[in-house]
Amino acid sequence: MTDWLALLSWVPLLAGAFFFLAGTVGLLRFPDIYSRLHAITKADTLGLGLVTLGLIMRAENWQAVAVMVLIWLLMMGSGATTCQLLARYQQDLEAPDADKEPVHARR
Amino acid sequence: MPDAEWLFDGTLGILLLVLAGAALHARSLYAAVVMFIALGLMLALTWARLGAPDLALAEAAIGAGVTGALLFSTLYKAGMDRHKRATPNRIALLLPGLAFLLLLTAAWPLPEMHSPLPDQVMAHLKDSGVSHPVTAVLLNFRAWDTLLEVSVVLIALLGVRQLYPSHGEVPTPWPLMLAWGRLLAPLTVIVGGYLLWRGTDAPGGAFQAGTVLAAGGVALRLIGVLPPLGWHQWPVRLLVLAGVLVFVAVAALTAWLGQGWLHYPTGSSKVLILLIELMATASIATTLTLLVVGEKRELRP
Repeated sequence: MTDWLALLSWVPLLAGAFFFLAGTVGLLRFPDIYSRLHAITKADTLGLGLVTLGLIMRAENWQAVAVMVLIWLLMMGSGATTCQLLARYQQDLEAPDADKEPVHARR
Repeated sequence: MPDAEWLFDGTLGILLLVLAGAALHARSLYAAVVMFIALGLMLALTWARLGAPDLALAEAAIGAGVTGALLFSTLYKAGMDRHKRATPNRIALLLPGLAFLLLLTAAWPLPEMHSPLPDQVMAHLKDSGVSHPVTAVLLNFRAWDTLLEVSVVLIALLGVRQLYPSHGEVPTPWPLMLAWGRLLAPLTVIVGGYLLWRGTDAPGGAFQAGTVLAAGGVALRLIGVLPPLGWHQWPVRLLVLAGVLVFVAVAALTAWLGQGWLHYPTGSSKVLILLIELMATASIATTLTLLVVGEKRELRP
């Protein structure tokens, strides 16, 4: 592994850390569930993606890279799905008859 | 960089204590459950930092995952806001204090103490049939403990069956949930199978694999792909009992024909361990799935 690559990897790592921090602040400070979801999914997708990119630059071998990319893809998928589910659940609570799509049971 | 490690471990330790306190003293039970799940994840991270990946995997899957799901489903069945906080009495406080002191005296000399056990395990690892010391201890040297653990899981299910109301109707899932569940379930089979197979020479094993499979089972049940599952169906009953049955059968056969209770004959240890692990995984997966989304219907005599 070359030194300049390790040095360069600090850029995405720090950017990723920034997005995580911003996402957390957003989660704590934003007024309603939709904007909070917006904030936290940015941390999940972009933050984790940048951290993964930084770690890939420091990876020892290709297997490690493949595993990290897989984890990132899974996290993106689960983040996007959970975000949608939470948002729809909230929408359902606010206006139960707004749409006629099959909706989750009221809890 | 030892400084960065100290910073990380220190933060982790403090976070653990804060989360434990928050789980005990949260305003609502819902918040307490969320804190408990976060505590489980941090605990998994702590085990990983301590160099115990087996425990980390088990804690993440069982402590944070399944227990969290169970607590949430209990909360839902019992009613979100109908709860009374018990005031702790003196004697109840005395007990954890005593336990804490006992644990402290056990843990205090750990850094200096050299236990002879790891060397003994490594010396006999060749004969155990597996190459991962944790699996060798759990399924060969101390297989008796694991047999009891598998039985505990079974007894827990039987106990819960007597108490809990049936899981309500599963609501019609959103298309998104359906698609994601269908994507996740095969992945849990791959990951679970990997954990089970790797258990012979690396961290992993029946409990971790079973829990991951159970997560897939619960997801499939919640999106309506799996039919309602319950004790009244004989395949489900068989799967739940398979682990204990096979384990006890192996134990009885080794006692009867071999050298003693759970003393595997040399040469066939690996096959026996794999068989027990496979059946235990199936049992644990089914049991945990039933605990979270099981139907309660009585057997017809």
